[in-house]
Amino acid sequence: MDKVDSQKLLKKGAEASLFLASWHGRRVIVKARFPKKYRPAELDAKIRSYRTAHEPQLMHEAKLAGVPTPTIFLVDMKNAVITMEFVEGKQVKQVLPHVSKKAQQELCGRIGVLIGKMHRRGVIHGDLTTSNMILSGEGKIFLVDFGLGEKNSELEARGVDLHLMKRALQSTHYQFAEECFRNVLRGYSEVLGGEDAGKVFEKIREIERRGRYVDERKQA
Amino acid sequence: MKKSDVLCCLGVESTADDFGVGIATFKGEILANASSGYVPEEGGIHPREAARHHAEAADKVLGEALSKAGTKPTDLALIAFAQGPGLGPCLRTGATVARALASYLDVPLVGVNHSVAHIEIGKLETGAVDPVTLYVSGGNTLVSAFDSGRYRVFGETLDIALGNCLDVFARTAGLKQKRGMPLGAALEQLAANGEKLISLPYVVKGMDISLSGLLTAATTLLRKGECRLEDLCYSLQEHAFSMVTEVTERALAHTEKKEVLLTGGVAANRRLQEMLSSIAEEHDAKFNVVPRQFATDNGAMIAWTGVLAYTHGLVTPVEESFVKLRWRLEKVDVPWIK
Repeated sequence: MDKVDSQKLLKKGAEASLFLASWHGRRVIVKARFPKKYRPAELDAKIRSYRTAHEPQLMHEAKLAGVPTPTIFLVDMKNAVITMEFVEGKQVKQVLPHVSKKAQQELCGRIGVLIGKMHRRGVIHGDLTTSNMILSGEGKIFLVDFGLGEKNSELEARGVDLHLMKRALQSTHYQFAEECFRNVLRGYSEVLGGEDAGKVFEKIREIERRGRYVDERKQA
Repeated sequence: MKKSDVLCCLGVESTADDFGVGIATFKGEILANASSGYVPEEGGIHPREAARHHAEAADKVLGEALSKAGTKPTDLALIAFAQGPGLGPCLRTGATVARALASYLDVPLVGVNHSVAHIEIGKLETGAVDPVTLYVSGGNTLVSAFDSGRYRVFGETLDIALGNCLDVFARTAGLKQKRGMPLGAALEQLAANGEKLISLPYVVKGMDISLSGLLTAATTLLRKGECRLEDLCYSLQEHAFSMVTEVTERALAHTEKKEVLLTGGVAANRRLQEMLSSIAEEHDAKFNVVPRQFATDNGAMIAWTGVLAYTHGLVTPVEESFVKLRWRLEKVDVPWIK
């Protein structure tokens, strides 16, 4: 019943390997966290089982918050393997550089709305990059890869989550990172409201000032 | 004035506690790499005291480098200096030395980014061409790779640097820094005798890491005095190194590059080398580590990066040679890479 067939390696990531497979006649993603030789076995087991247990919970919570995430089918704690829905589509990372300015802004605004909804429910993604967002065939944006996420409603956690998004935009989409991030924040404010969003934005500035060799420190 | 046939650049490094002078030929041969380190009587680096050390050591280190290289000052074709990032008083001391030399010898001056230099010396010495670099030192912890004209920062510490984390722990444990024996090396020796892994915070956020909580937890346990110091050193290293290794692997998977370069002062740590080598192997990438004498801050890396910059059209007029305390790696144009 739990048999997953014909696994084909899609992506060998750092944190996990993704396989495309079939399960009861449907296409699924099998996410396997293999042991890492470089770290001590105890630490390795702790990290892998923690992430395997938390990721499905967070994806479920996010879904309840109105954020599309792949549906979870199976969780194998012993081997640190999760089987989930395969979402057909393209990574936002691949889409963003090839659409008009207007479409970029719209897409980033929608991403901001999703992050806002997630945060409002206390879900922190932990790795917000445009590689972890899939624009499905129907035009929905799915968030994937919650392995570094957590349940947390503190300003600090929200601020770091958005700061990472900004940094990811700067390293991957440096040509238009500023504008994209502005639109993410616009969408975010729409959900959280100006006052609450404002507090998070203030936190982002504080987090930036903690960074090393950044201009933001001058104001500190 | 006739210059000798082999064009040479003299580089001055003074971003933190080391004052270094290196001499490199335009072809990438390192002729000299002299330095003098400031050793605080207690605690960490006091910027003013370090700068005073640099000013006093400059004459001797310069002389040592020139005589080692067998170069007369009048043979130098270029003066390079670390323009940032780093500690203000220290940077200004090195910049003053460099400006004086360039003006006196009437040769061009070029300001070099210290982080870029750590990457470039690693590439020069190991032969790496387009690596994912983990640069770890007392002041920096970042994962970088080249893309479209600049070294992009994929991951970094959200608070303190790896070397800083290890140093503060070592000092709290009463370890003493000696000449030729950095605190990190003393910690590494103790860690090698660790037997038990003590659970400590492991904080990876996206491609970034946070080390301040780890340091606090480790020093708290140390003060309680219930754990063996060797076990704590071992556990601190294992956790911190696993974190930087994980984010380096993420960058490697993300960029799909085929080389890994470990550079900066902490690159001398064998356990860290072992971990990075393991992920490189897993992604069919070649692992490179900067040789020990070029791992820590040094003048040779500044000289060599100065050559790269100058031969690709960059010069720094004296009136624009003010130091840049917060000159981030990704703000620097790197025209010498296609």
